[in-house]
Amino acid sequence: MSAVHELAPDAASRAEGLAHQRIATAVMVAFFALAPLVAYPVFLMKVMCFALFACAFNLLIGYGGLLSFGHAMFLGTAGYASAHAAKVWGFPPEFAILFGTACSALLGLVTGLLAIRRQGIYFAMITLALAQMVYFFYLQAPFTGGEDGIQAVPRGKLFGLLDLNSVWAMYALVFAVFVGGFLLIHRAVHSPFGQVLKAIRENEARALSLGYDVNRYKLLAYVLSATLAGLAGATKVLVFELASLTDVHWTMSGEVVLMVLLGGLGTVFGPVIGALIIIAMENYLAQIGSWVTVVQGVIFVICVLTFRRGVIGELGRLIGKPL
Amino acid sequence: MFFKPSYFAAVSLAFAASLAQAQISDGVVKIGVLSDMSSLYSDIGGGGSVVAARMAIADFPAKGMKVELVSADHLNKPDVGSSIARQWYDVDKVDVIVDVPTSSIALAISQITREKGKAFLVSGAATSDLTGKACSPNTIHWTYDTWMLANGTGNAIVKTGGDSWYFITADYAFGLALERDTEAVVLKHGGKVLGKVRHPLNAQDFSSFLLQAQASKAKIIGLANAGGDTTNSIKQAAEFGIVKGGQSLAGMLVFLSDIHGLGLDKAQGLIFTETFYWDLNDQTRAFAKRFAAANSGKYPTMVQAGVYSAITHYLKAVQAGKTDDGTKVIAKMKELPTDDPLFGKGTVRADGRKLHPAYLVEVKKPSESKGPYDYYKIRATIPADQAFRPLNEGGCPLVK
Amino acid sequence: MEIFGIPTQALFGQLLIGLINGSFYALLSLGLAVIFGLLNIINFTHGAQYMMGAFCAYFLLTKLGIGYWWALAIAPLAVGTIGMVIERLMLARLYKLDHLYGLLLTFGLALIIQGLFRNEYGTSGIPYALPQELSGGRNLGFMFLPNYRAWVILASIVVCLATWFVIEKTRLGAYLRAATENPQLVQAFGINVPRMITLTYGFGVALAAFAGVMAAPIYQVNPLMGADLIIVVFAVVVIGGMGSIMGSIVTGFALGLIEGLTKVFYPEASNTVIFIIMAIVLMIKPAGLFGTQR
Repeated sequence: MSAVHELAPDAASRAEGLAHQRIATAVMVAFFALAPLVAYPVFLMKVMCFALFACAFNLLIGYGGLLSFGHAMFLGTAGYASAHAAKVWGFPPEFAILFGTACSALLGLVTGLLAIRRQGIYFAMITLALAQMVYFFYLQAPFTGGEDGIQAVPRGKLFGLLDLNSVWAMYALVFAVFVGGFLLIHRAVHSPFGQVLKAIRENEARALSLGYDVNRYKLLAYVLSATLAGLAGATKVLVFELASLTDVHWTMSGEVVLMVLLGGLGTVFGPVIGALIIIAMENYLAQIGSWVTVVQGVIFVICVLTFRRGVIGELGRLIGKPL
Repeated sequence: MFFKPSYFAAVSLAFAASLAQAQISDGVVKIGVLSDMSSLYSDIGGGGSVVAARMAIADFPAKGMKVELVSADHLNKPDVGSSIARQWYDVDKVDVIVDVPTSSIALAISQITREKGKAFLVSGAATSDLTGKACSPNTIHWTYDTWMLANGTGNAIVKTGGDSWYFITADYAFGLALERDTEAVVLKHGGKVLGKVRHPLNAQDFSSFLLQAQASKAKIIGLANAGGDTTNSIKQAAEFGIVKGGQSLAGMLVFLSDIHGLGLDKAQGLIFTETFYWDLNDQTRAFAKRFAAANSGKYPTMVQAGVYSAITHYLKAVQAGKTDDGTKVIAKMKELPTDDPLFGKGTVRADGRKLHPAYLVEVKKPSESKGPYDYYKIRATIPADQAFRPLNEGGCPLVK
Repeated sequence: MEIFGIPTQALFGQLLIGLINGSFYALLSLGLAVIFGLLNIINFTHGAQYMMGAFCAYFLLTKLGIGYWWALAIAPLAVGTIGMVIERLMLARLYKLDHLYGLLLTFGLALIIQGLFRNEYGTSGIPYALPQELSGGRNLGFMFLPNYRAWVILASIVVCLATWFVIEKTRLGAYLRAATENPQLVQAFGINVPRMITLTYGFGVALAAFAGVMAAPIYQVNPLMGADLIIVVFAVVVIGGMGSIMGSIVTGFALGLIEGLTKVFYPEASNTVIFIIMAIVLMIKPAGLFGTQR
C-alpha cells in the first residue's frame, strides 16, 4: 500500500534511525513497566495483548503488503485452545499458552496455503471468508460453549511456582510476552528475511526474477503473523479468564486493522500506539453508551482520507526519522 | 476510570477499615445495575431496571447511609459483562451488582463476585444453575428461574393434553437450562419430546426453525427463548399458519413487555408463569403508576419489580449488619425475612434462592382488556414452597 | 411422503426459504458486482445501505403514512442519492490510491452508519407490517406458501434480469462497460465518465436499499440486519466472479438453494457451506465461476 513506501529509510539514515528506535523502544518498555503503579493493571494488560496482536498484523500488512481481513481467527483460535487446555486438560499456564499459539500457527499454515495465491482485494476477501468459517465452526462446536464462552479459565501457577492469580505476577507474564513478541518481530523485520520481504512488497516481479521463491516468503510472513497473533490471544484469555465469540468475530478483524491504520501502517511503534488509543477510547466511551462503533468508523474514515500515515507515521515524518 | 490517584489512600483506608470490624466501605453503598440496555432484552430489564433501582433507593429510609447508583450495558456479551464487573469491583468500588438478564453473563459475574467477596443480586437471568451447581455464598437469585417456569407453565400445559413437544431453543446457558428443565417435566408426566432445534441469540428469522417444528407435528411447540426471540417466533409462526394448522405455541418465558409488543390479538390465550403482575393488589398498582410515570409510560415487568425488591432487602440487610461486605450482607439477607409492597412476604434460602408465590396467567382477549397493560387473567397461584425447586434437588454444594 | 428420508413438507419448505434467502443474496451481490465492476471498490457499506432502505420504508410508514408499495420506489431513490453524495465527497478521492483504501473507507462508513442507527434504535428489531395485499398464503399440499415470500422471489428475479439486460444489452450499459475497461478513452469520446461513475454507485446502492425494503416485513427492521449478511454476500460475489452480473444473479439464487438444502440434510454446516464453496472455487478457478481474470 502506498503509504508504506514513503517510510522506507535510505541507507544513510539507517544507523541513526535505529538509534532513535532503540530510544523509543526503551520509552515504551519503561511506560509499560511503570504504568501499572498508577493505572488499572487489567486495562494495561489488555492494551499489551492487543498491541502484540496489532504488531503481528502489521508484520503482514506493513512489511508483507498483504491486508488480511480475518486475523481474528488467530486471536480466537489460540484463545479457545488455550482456555480449553487450561480448564479441561489442566495444563499449566505456560503450556496452555504454547498450545494455543501452536494451534494458531497451524491454522495460519493451512489458511495461508489457501490464501497466499491471491493478492490485494482477493486476498482480503479470502481471509475474511476463511475467518467466517472459523467463526461459525466455533459457534457450533460444543467445547467453545457458544454464546457462553469458556468461563472460569484457571490462571494456574507459572512454572509451578508463580501464582498467576496475583495481579502483579500476571502482569509480569503479560509484560514479558509482549516485549518478547515485539522484539521478535523487530528482529524478523531487520533480518535478511525482512529485507527480502520488503523487496517483494516493493516489486514482486523483480524479486521473482532474482530467484526468490516469493510465495514461500509470503507464506512464512503470514504464518509468523498468525503465530504471534495467537500468542496474544492465548495470553489474553488467561488475563480475563474467559474465551468468547467476540474474539473470532469479524468485527475484531476490523478492529485490529483500525489499530494499525491509526497508529501507522508499516511503522514499528504504530500498532502499539494504535492499540493504546483504541482500547482507551473503548474503555472511556463504554460508560457513555454504544458510541464506540461510531467513533471507530469516524477514525477509519478520517485516517483513510487524510491521515494515511497514522500517528507514528506523522510523528516519524516530523522528526525526520522512521519510527 | 482507569486512573486511581487515590490508590494509596484507598489502601490505607481499607487497612483501617479492616481494623474497625464492621464498616461501610468508603462510606458509600454503591449499587451497580448491569443490564441489556439496547438489545433484545432491553424492555424486560434495561433502562426500566435502573428506574426501579432509583425508586428502591429513594423509598428506603436511609438514616444517614449514603447510597449511590451506577449502570452499564453489557450488550449480551460475556466478555463485556465480565470486564465491566471487574472494573466496577476493582476500580469503581461498586459493592453489589443487580439485574443481569442474560444467564451466561450472570454465571460469569457470579464467579467474579465470589472471587472478590462482593454481592450479586440476579433479577433478570433465568438459569436455575445459579442456585444449583453454580450456587455461591455471594449470589442471590431473585425473581424467577427456569425450574419455576418449567414446573409452572410446563406442568399446566401437559396436564391439559399437550403431551408431545418440539423445542425451539436459544442456544446459550438460559435456553438450554429452560429446555432441560421443561423436558424433565414433560417426561415426568408421560409426555414425549419429538425434537429440538437451537437458534442463535437474537436471531431475526425463525422461518427455518418453525418449519422444522411444523414438520414434526408435535402438539406443542415450546419456545425456550425470551424477549425479542420469543415475539419474533410467535409473529412468524402466524405467518406460516402454524397455529391454524392445529399446533399450539408455548411461550416458556414471556414478559409483560412482550405482550405489549405483540398486541393482544396475536398473544391472546398464551399461558405462562410470572411472579409479579402490576394489577395484583393496591400496593402493586400504586407502584406501577409511579414506575410508569418515571419510565415513559411503560409498566413494570417482573424483572424490574425484582430489582426494586432485591435492592430494598439488600439495603435493609446492610443497615442491620452495619456493613457492605458482600459475603456478610448476603448471609444477612438470608437471615432476615423479606417484605416489600411488590412480592409481599418471603424468605431467602440457604442456596441463594428467593422464595415467593408464582402466578399462572393467561393473556386476555382484546375484548376483555379494559385499559393499557390490562393483559392478564390470573388462572392459579402457586404457593412459595411449591413454586421453586426443592432445596435438596439442586446439587448446590452450600447445602449439606 | 418422504424424499431421501426427509418429509416433503420440510424439504420444500427449506428450499423455499433457501430461494428467498437466495433472492436477497442475488439482489445484494448484483449491486456489489455493479459497483466493483466499474469502480473496483468493494463496497463494505452495502450492508448498511440495505439496512437504510429498510429503515427508510419504516420511516415512510410511521412518519409520513406512506405504505410499502411507494416505499419500494422512494427508498431506493433516497438511499441511492445518499450513496451518490458519499461517492462524490469521499470515494472519488481514493481512486488514485491502492483499492484497499476504498475497502477501508467503506468499512469505516458502515461502522458509522450502523453505530448511529444502533444508538438510536437498539438491536432488537422493529416490526414492519406485511402489506395487506400480500398477507396470507396458499396451502400447496406439500407445503404452505406465504404470499409475501413468493412475491419476494418474483420481484428479485425481475429486478435482477432487468439490470442484467440494461448493462449487457443496451447502449448505456455498453458505455458503462467500456468505461470500466478504459476510462480515459471513453472520456475522450465525450462521455462524462465521473458522472457515470457516480450514477453507477448510486444505482448499486439503490439496489441494496430496494432489497432492504423487501426484507423489512420478513426480517424485521434492525440496525444490524446488514452486518452479518454482507459477509455472505461478499462470498457470493467472489464465487460468481467479481465483476460478472449474470454470475452474481445465478450464484446468489444457487447458493441460497444450496444453503437451504444443507439445512435439511446437515444443519450444522448451513452457515459455513457458502464459505467452503468459496474456498474451493478460489482454488480451482480464482476468477470466480463466471468471471474473467483482471
